[in-house]
Amino acid sequence: MTALAVEHLDVRHGQLQAVRDVSFTVGSGETLALVGANGAGKTTLLRAIAGAHLPAGGRVFIGDEDVTALPANRRAALGIALVPEGRRLFVEMTVEENLLLGRMTGRRGEWTLERVLATFPNLKPRLKSRAGTLSGGEQQATAIGRALMGNPQVLLLDELSLGLSPLVVDRVYESLATLMRSGTTMVLVEQDLGRALSVADTVGCMLEGRIVLESAAAGLSRERITEAYFGLRTGRELQGAVP
Amino acid sequence: MFQVMRIINLAHGSLAVLAAFALFVLADRYGISPFLGILIVLPIMAVVGWILQVVVLERASRAGRLVPILATFGLAIVIDNFLFQQFGADTRSLAPYIGDLSYDSWQITDDISVGKIAVLTLVTAVVVLGAIQIFLSFTQLGRAVRATAEDPDTAGLVGIDARKINALATAIAMASVTLAGAALGMRATFDAYAGGTQLLFAFEAAVIGGAGSVWGTLFGGIILALGQSIGATIAPQGFLIGGHVAFFLVLFARLAIPGSIFRVFIASVLRSRPA
Repeated sequence: MTALAVEHLDVRHGQLQAVRDVSFTVGSGETLALVGANGAGKTTLLRAIAGAHLPAGGRVFIGDEDVTALPANRRAALGIALVPEGRRLFVEMTVEENLLLGRMTGRRGEWTLERVLATFPNLKPRLKSRAGTLSGGEQQATAIGRALMGNPQVLLLDELSLGLSPLVVDRVYESLATLMRSGTTMVLVEQDLGRALSVADTVGCMLEGRIVLESAAAGLSRERITEAYFGLRTGRELQGAVP
Repeated sequence: MFQVMRIINLAHGSLAVLAAFALFVLADRYGISPFLGILIVLPIMAVVGWILQVVVLERASRAGRLVPILATFGLAIVIDNFLFQQFGADTRSLAPYIGDLSYDSWQITDDISVGKIAVLTLVTAVVVLGAIQIFLSFTQLGRAVRATAEDPDTAGLVGIDARKINALATAIAMASVTLAGAALGMRATFDAYAGGTQLLFAFEAAVIGGAGSVWGTLFGGIILALGQSIGATIAPQGFLIGGHVAFFLVLFARLAIPGSIFRVFIASVLRSRPA
């Protein structure tokens, strides 16, 4: 079953075309990793899927439902959660308030405040602290926790490792591993190729707004990705890897 | 309204006078006491605010930061002239309809007495602000309002409907406007064009207290009133100047101190101007 489908998506920033004719599907419970250089359009694509940025053309489907015309808050109610680039916490509010706000989607499910705190125990002592005073790793945990509180069907994660030390990133990905095993559909934007390859089912490489490589992660070589990353050789293979 | 929607409502004073006139009509034509009248006018003003939000303000804010100021300025003129058309140039007051309360006082000591209306107004202000504070701090909807005020883009991503939040903010603003109009009418007088002066005082109070702070405006209002009263003891017309002097002193102090809200606002307005 397809959890998320994107068809011929075109997204512009004014005159600049950031996303060109992008189409892909993500099956229920799968993880898609999007890699690509800065400025390739990955963040814009995620924001367009989440509804924060309206597309110039194309369509977005959550499950079977066409959500292209819906604003971000309605898409959140239908099950899309975005953990934005740079965390985008409400810095004047406490960690607890940020997490409780995640419930505004109105969706019921397994994710409660207790479960989020169990998944990210480093947040427990910081519950009443203002989000602006947290460390990078704690902010990332809060941002993911806030998204989870909405009990999403599809979780979009934008550059989790941004500004974090490798050790902290390890811990964040450990928490994500439980999530992945529980069958949440995820789209992950990740600059760290090794990590992307290790957690994803499918890898998509973006260059100048287009997806230039889409392949199953298993067996995909770093050389192949690097070539696509820099635009040296492109091609979409969905069945297996080409060395 | 400034905090949540970045809208400076220049019609604020005129809306308060509109509410005062509504209470006057209820009292004069239908014999309804202003205190009861408040209960009737409050929901009407909230609906008026909601309509304004959807029809005028929402479209105005899409056009940029300065357009809502222009729109509310125009609104103020429309309201003022409408009131003048309906009620003429006569000065009105709600005092005749509240009996002795308009001039009664409590004797604190032999030399000091406090007006009952004045105390009532202060108590109402504290209660209303307290209720708003509790609402913002302890309810889910209040948290949503604070989140939308801080970052409307991310608020949408977590599922908050910004339109509903804006409508709520406007309704709360309209409710307080009604109470302001009632207090003005009971304590003093008003006429069709009194809105401008009231807006000025409201603006000064907000600036002195710090725009964006719930209790700051109360604090600012008190400072402003003290300035006015001190000015009045110096000269009969001195009360206006006294208030303005207090305002300017605080304004220049805030502009001089880095990181103040005014620098932030002015900087953002300058940034948003078309090239």
